[in-house]
Order: sequence, then C-alpha cells, then structure tokens
Amino acid sequence: MGEYLDIITARNLTYGQKLLRLAQAAENSVHPIPTTREFDWFFERDAICDMHEGNAPYRPRYICCDMERFARQGSDFLRLDAPETLDDLLMNLQILYQNVPSVTGRPVYAGQLDRVIDPFLSGLSDDEAMPRLKRFLTYIDRTVASGYCHANLGPEDTRAARLLLQADAEVHNAVPNFTLKYDPEITPDDLARFALKTSMACANPAYANDRLLRGIYPPAADGPHDSYTVVSCYNVLPIRGGAYCLDRVKLSQLADLATGIDHFLDELLPSATAALLDHMNARVRFLVEDSNFFQTSFLVREGLIERERFCGMFGVIGMHECVEKLLGEGCAYGTDPEANDLADRIMQRIDAQVAAFPAVYSEVGGGRYMLHAQAGFGDQAASTPGVRIRVGSEPEVFFDHIRHSARMHRFFTCGVSDIFPVEPTASHNVDALLDVVKGAFAVGDTYLSFYPSDSDLVRITGFLVKRSEMEKFARGEAVLADTSHDGEGNWRANALADRKVRLG
Amino acid sequence: MPTRAPINKIIPFSLVDGPGSRCSIFLQGCNIACAYCHNPETQRLCVSCGACVARCPAGALRIEGGRVMWDRDACVQCDTCIRVCPHRASPKVMWMDADEVFRIVRSYQPFIRGITVSGGECMLQPGFVRELFARCRAAGLGTLIDSNGCVDFSAYPDLLAVTDGVMLDVKSWDADVFMRLTGAGNGVVKRNLAYLAERDKIEELRIVAVPGRTDPERTIARIAEVLGARAATTTLKIIAFRPFGVVGELADMPAPADERMAELEALAHAAGFGDVQVR
Repeated sequence: MGEYLDIITARNLTYGQKLLRLAQAAENSVHPIPTTREFDWFFERDAICDMHEGNAPYRPRYICCDMERFARQGSDFLRLDAPETLDDLLMNLQILYQNVPSVTGRPVYAGQLDRVIDPFLSGLSDDEAMPRLKRFLTYIDRTVASGYCHANLGPEDTRAARLLLQADAEVHNAVPNFTLKYDPEITPDDLARFALKTSMACANPAYANDRLLRGIYPPAADGPHDSYTVVSCYNVLPIRGGAYCLDRVKLSQLADLATGIDHFLDELLPSATAALLDHMNARVRFLVEDSNFFQTSFLVREGLIERERFCGMFGVIGMHECVEKLLGEGCAYGTDPEANDLADRIMQRIDAQVAAFPAVYSEVGGGRYMLHAQAGFGDQAASTPGVRIRVGSEPEVFFDHIRHSARMHRFFTCGVSDIFPVEPTASHNVDALLDVVKGAFAVGDTYLSFYPSDSDLVRITGFLVKRSEMEKFARGEAVLADTSHDGEGNWRANALADRKVRLG
Repeated sequence: MPTRAPINKIIPFSLVDGPGSRCSIFLQGCNIACAYCHNPETQRLCVSCGACVARCPAGALRIEGGRVMWDRDACVQCDTCIRVCPHRASPKVMWMDADEVFRIVRSYQPFIRGITVSGGECMLQPGFVRELFARCRAAGLGTLIDSNGCVDFSAYPDLLAVTDGVMLDVKSWDADVFMRLTGAGNGVVKRNLAYLAERDKIEELRIVAVPGRTDPERTIARIAEVLGARAATTTLKIIAFRPFGVVGELADMPAPADERMAELEALAHAAGFGDVQVR
C-alpha cells in the first residue's frame, strides 16, 4: 500500500507516468508464473534478471506491426478507412500508435516510415509535405513521448526518406529514434551522406548493417520484402511480429559468484543460462496461453501481427566487468587480447547453449530464443552495456574499437550496437564518416551511431535524450519523456559524458 | 635500398586532410618557416643538443651514440620536449621506410579511403613519398600531397604519376608579403600552381587571412587568372589565421573577424571559384 501511495503522491512524475507505475505495481502483486529454485538462487544474487517486465505479462514486450499493410487496409476495430491522402495516412498512424501496447505502455515501433509514407507523397510538393511530416514527428514526440519509439528508413532511396531526414533535423526531437538500414550496394552514397549530415545535426539516424541483418528472420507471407525491423533501443525483430520478452544474464554479478574461470565457464554460466531459458519458456507460456493477448487483440485479427512471428530475447550485459573480475584488474577488455579472447569464449558458450535450447512458441526464431546485447537502463553502476568496452577504456585507435565491436557483434541476432560521439568538425567532412561506416560494415559491425560531442541530443544506450531534459529531471522536475529518467541515471552511472570523442 | 624518411607522426584517422577518411602522415623538416605555423616543432631535424633529455618527466629520452633516443613506450605525450626545444625540432621523430609506413597504413584498411602526406614539407622527401604512394595505389588507396609549393613539382614526374592530387598552400601572392611571412620567395609556388593546374593535379588551394599581414584579395584574383576556366572546378579554402600553437611574433595576433571571412568568400565566388570553403 505504501508503494502505491508513493507513486500517487510523487512530485516528479506526470499523470501518465504514475498510471504506468500503478499498473506495474498491481501486476506485481500476483505471482502466476512459478519460478524454479535455480532461478531464485541466481535471481536473488542479481546474476539473472527479468528486466522488471512484471510478474504477469499481459502483452508482449515489443510489437512490430506491419505498417505497410495497415496503410493499405485501414482498420475495422479502429473504424478507419484505408487512407487515400497523406493526411488520412498520418492520422491513421497516429491513432494506431495509441492502440499498440508494449512494456512501456507506448509503441516502440513507428514503422518503416519511408515505405509507408512515400506512396502518399505523389501530387504533393515538398512545401506541402514538409509541414505535415514535421507535425507528425512532433505528434509522436509529445504523445508517445518515449525514446524507445523507433522508426526505420532505407536501404532504398525514396523521396519520403529524404523528407523525413530533413524534417527530423528541423524538429530536433528525441522521439522517435531513427535507423537507416544501410547497404552500400543499395543505398546511394548521396543519401548516406545526407543521413550522416542529419546525424551530425540531431543524432538521428543510427545505421544498421542491412546486408547482415536482412537474412535473420524469414519473410512474412505477402509481407514487405525485408523481414526485420529495428525497434526500441536497437532490437532487431521480425516485421509483423515482435518480442515476447527480454530476460538477461548479468555477467558482472555472475562473475562475483565465481571461484575461478573454469568454475564460471563450466558451472555457473551454464546453470544460470539454463535457469533463465527455462524461465523464459514459463513467461512465454503464460503470455501465449493465459494472458489471452494473442487471442483477443485486434492487431492479430487484422493481420498486423502474427503470434508465430514473435520471439524471446536472451540478453547479455556487463561483459567488461565480468572479464575484468575473472582475469584480475590488470587485464583491459577491449585492448588486451587475453581479455578479448575470454569474452569470445564466454559468448561462444552462451551462444551454443541458447542455440540448443527448445524455446516454446518460437517459430520465427527456428524454435530458439535470440541473443541480444542488453544495454541497461536506469542506474546501472558496475555494468557496462552489453559487450561494449567501458567508457574510459576505449582503444586509442578508433578502428581497433570498431574491429573489437565487429568481433563481438557476430553473436547477436536480435540487436547489438555501438555509440560514438564525434568531433563537431566531422559535419564538414561527412565523407569521412561514410568511409568509416562502410569500413565498419565490411568487417562485420552490425549497428552503429554517432552524435556530435557538443549536441543537446545525446544517445544513451541506444535511445535519445536531451541533456537539458536530463538536467531538469536531476533537479527534481517532471519531464515529458520518461526515457529522460532512464537516461539521467544511465548518463551518470556509466559516465557517458566521458565517452572517448572520435574522429577529431 | 628503400629510402627512409623522418616521420613526425602518423594519424590513423583524419577528417581535415582531404576528402573522406584518411590516414595522415606528417614528415619532419621544412624548407621555409612560416610565422603562423601551428606545428613549428616539425620545421627542423633534431641536432641532438640534448636540451630536452633532462626535462622529460617520464624518462623517455636519453643520449646514445651522440644522438637523442626516444622510448615510445615510456613516453606520456606531454610534449615538454617539444616546448623546451630551442631548435624547432622534436626528439620523437622516427626514421622509417615506405614498407614500414605502408604496413601501418594497411592496418587501417578498410576504414580509410586514402592517405595524405604532409609535415613539415613532404616534398623534401620525394623518393620516399613516391615509394609509399606506389604501394598505396596498388592497395586501392588514394594518395594526396599537402605542400607549401616551394619544391618544384616538375622535377618529379614519377611521383606525380602516383599522386591523385596536391593540396597547395599558396598563402599569399605578393613576393614581399610572402617573404616576410615565411622567410622564402614564392616564385616556385606560382610556377607549381600553373604546372599542377595544367595537369589537373590540384586537389585544393589554400590561402590564409592574417589581419594586416597578408593580401587575400589580390591572391584570390591572381590565382583565378592563372587557373582561367579551371577555377570553376577548383576548391579554394580560405583559412582564418588562429593563434593556437603559434610561436613568435604572431603568437598574440587576433583571428580575422567573421565578416571579413564572409567578404573574402564572396570575392572568391565572384572570381569564379566553384567551391569556396572558409575555415
């Protein structure tokens, strides 16, 4: 009861934020999903974690609607005709966003916006289209108001992609996040350059290695020709599907329990992984069999999502601290070959175990859960996101950093990324950034993003926040986007202001 | 016997030394001495006077066989040695041949599109540069030279054959102004301008605006005359003097005002330059 009243009377939460927290508190007052003793043992020691998704999940963590289909057919449930004009389309999308749930209560996927919008631009001049697109983006920023909301562009060049990039540079919002699916063989250099200039203006878009990501999931029947989306921070998920849940092993905390490397690799890690995988099956079963979400949601009925295209995400975090603890303080993950090799071995073990585990209701993942480099949220002291190198220990030469990333990226099928602040002078030579992105993608990096080191908009673990909003929240004021809360905690805990500035 | 050259520094990634992502190689030694030089410690070769040795806080310098030796691993990059050097040199220079430098350059692929050699004045080591460029070309890397133009390019056709372009620092047109600024004449610079323009080997031209000390209006006009129609496809960079790193008489000179730079930019466009950048 005290917990409810604390939420109700909080001075630094908006009404919407209070509502979400009250719902979470109510959900956590029941315990329908049994946990095993092994799970409890690791859970109590904070070595595995259910991401506070709730004791009784009643909606999938992330939903990736087929927005192109929605743009063609409208919706019976929402009583919306198929759109004929751009105004119809944008209104329909805005209405749909209010009706797509997620773990945050707000949609994490705004759509492959260029493909959705482009057909509706014919007959409109740029001067007519731009104000509409800017209003649309600002609508998303002020109503969805969550940095986890993510829109996709590319890899093809379209008029819509260019107008959206231009609009985003002008509105300068943290929401939505944008990713450009990039393939040098498909995306023309001048669109890539334009995107990079935009990144230097407003930290959007980030860049996904389309060549490597497009083969991960099978395509949806009669669906868009590419089968994946990038949503939330940087989760790579099936279009017309999504993620049931995200559960994670916290390698740093797991290493605290180890008596040595062999103990960690041969006993602790397999046990923790097994306990987590079993728990994921229990969660997914509850969601699919008991919550009635898939049985009753209009999104399924109208074909915007399919239950068979949902997968579970197995997350990994804190590799840097883990390797440091196992090898001793002198060993620097990122620059030390011994530390990097141990990290590789750890990931190989996890990968093999997850790949051999029979995941329930996971048709789109080939009956398996997918690996995700979990970025952390809120106060995450002593846990560097995913498999990243801790701030302050970055390799001197930028290219060495990227090579390290590429080596670790190869394990993660549903999302991993790197974030680099760059010298503002890079905006005068985006060709240099383009060369770096091409090089990075050629060596196997799957996703990266840049922001100018003097920008108000900064990328936290994957989502954007304004420094000015974080400062307000730190002073005790309520702010519109609750990702500013997560951002503020993470900014401090992971010393993100001290990230090594690149490309000077 | 491969030619060795004195290498001041190799920067794996530079975005201010030519288009795209480039590895920048700075050679030691220069044939002029510009009053506004930002890195005067690249102007001369070390004479082993030893003034820096005792002052190194990390014990990274010692005298051996009459020469100052630098321990790269012990060095903490404080640049004290550079600051106390009375000679405009640096003890951190490494003598390397084209194979050794190329091995380093290669390790940065595929992130770079080319290399730029600069300095100091890299045309004081034309044999080395030619050998390095030949290797880079074979590996699909672009090759650019950043030069003060005081060495005659026409004497090195083999080098030009493996060079994509030259970033030529014209600085100033009037011979007296140039002499007062650099201690040298600019006859060769003007000849190089025409020679390189004719062969389409100009990557970009640079002039500098130092309040009261240079003649940018005249320089812009005269360069445009030499280039003729080629000006339309030439990049001209107008650089505002900044005192950072400058020693000597210009150390306290202020930078030119933004309005002044805007004036010069407009002038350059009017004179026919296709691409004008103010820095």
